[in-house]
Amino acid sequence: MPFVHVRGVSKWFGSLQVLKQIDLDVPEHNVVCLIGASGSGKSTLLRCLNLLEHVEEGEIVVDGQPLTNGKVDVNALRKKIGIVFQAYNLFPHMTVLQNVTLAPRKGLGVSRERSEEYARALLRRIGLEDKADEYPDRLSGGQQQRVAIVRALAMGPKLMLLDEITSALDPQLVSEVLNLVRELAGSGMTMILATHEMGFAREVADKVCFLDAGCILEEGPPAQIFSAPREPRTREFLARVLEAEKLA
Amino acid sequence: MHALHQVLHAFFDLHSFTQDMPDVWAGFQINLKMMVIAEVLVLVLALALALLRGLPGPAAKPLRALAIAYTDFFRGTPIIIVAYFIGLGLPGLQLNFISTLSITTYGVIVLTLVYTAYVTEVYRAGIESVHPSQRAAARSLGLTYMQAMRYVIVPQAVRRVIPPLLNDFVGLQKDTALVSVIGVGEAAALAQNASSIDGNFVSYLVAAVFFILITIPLARFTDHLVATRERRERAQAF
Repeated sequence: MPFVHVRGVSKWFGSLQVLKQIDLDVPEHNVVCLIGASGSGKSTLLRCLNLLEHVEEGEIVVDGQPLTNGKVDVNALRKKIGIVFQAYNLFPHMTVLQNVTLAPRKGLGVSRERSEEYARALLRRIGLEDKADEYPDRLSGGQQQRVAIVRALAMGPKLMLLDEITSALDPQLVSEVLNLVRELAGSGMTMILATHEMGFAREVADKVCFLDAGCILEEGPPAQIFSAPREPRTREFLARVLEAEKLA
Repeated sequence: MHALHQVLHAFFDLHSFTQDMPDVWAGFQINLKMMVIAEVLVLVLALALALLRGLPGPAAKPLRALAIAYTDFFRGTPIIIVAYFIGLGLPGLQLNFISTLSITTYGVIVLTLVYTAYVTEVYRAGIESVHPSQRAAARSLGLTYMQAMRYVIVPQAVRRVIPPLLNDFVGLQKDTALVSVIGVGEAAALAQNASSIDGNFVSYLVAAVFFILITIPLARFTDHLVATRERRERAQAF
């Protein structure tokens, strides 16, 4: 069974069905990009994968562990699955170092010294070691988002979910975040990204899934999806994105 | 001229003022004691109640209902009626422990019961004002519900509610005078005694001065906190 195994997942918000019979397989060390318009269900699917959203129907298995049989220990599961959000969601009352060390200390029981040592090493890798004792509001958006990624990495996750993590950033700050993600992909991290960065998806993805109205309408290797999409809806979407990028 | 003299004698007689000061001060020490103990108790109990009220899931429904009933009752009931209930009612029960407490202790219980209800609402507003994404971020890192509350939500909530919380404490400090109705010999009660002896109202002025002297610093401190936060938030907007 692949590392992430999703079968027939459906999800409703009230009477609105936001995910319709989603099937998805992600082998270990693969990067999967979810593309599609806002409201197509990308974020919801990611949030279902670490049970931030309740899955009403279907089956999800991650690393051999079924998530949807009602017996899963959500807190233990989430320690293995990192998620990074569009709005960074750093804890504003904590320094960068405290942000990164909170979950390892309280969730994994790592000592303060060891967790800080590890956090500083991670921050050094992304060039933010000198910001360790700053509060998040003193950092740029790109820096905050990289700290958010490091905060998730500090738990030693086996799967990373990235939910449109560059959508709230100024264009000139996007690349510093994408570089970090590229590095992660290179290190073999299994990742699922919801993204609007088509060029980036093309570059890092092993597989691209196009979501439309809660369905995975089309999936395949990036070369095929971006150069020769089968579905008219995919072509339409890609044309619109291309148009928008030209205008920008 | 005569009228002015009367007013001066009734409210501002210096001789009565200095004479009544030690007496009223002795009573005011009881006010101080009650407010400090009640404030500490309120801070802890109200937070517990606010957390109880925010517990998720159907299993916690009775606890939530209990917390709601508590705040509804004690916010809706005039403090003077709570005072009669506790100060006269509990001793009347003639039970071993709860009927033999000191009258000051009953006063503290009254203030704690009533102000816990107010401050619970203040905490709750603070907790609800923290954006849900903060909870999602904390939980997604594998922290439990209680850990997310303790390390992420409550610290942010408390910072935000310090000004309204201190406002409630100004109210509590003044209401220590109300529990004189159950016989606590605090400043207002002793001022009343002195007033009938002196045949004027100067002793009340003495008591008023004491209350004002401790309220003003708290009020200025609250203003300062609000101003600092507004400055910071405006700075962040740029």
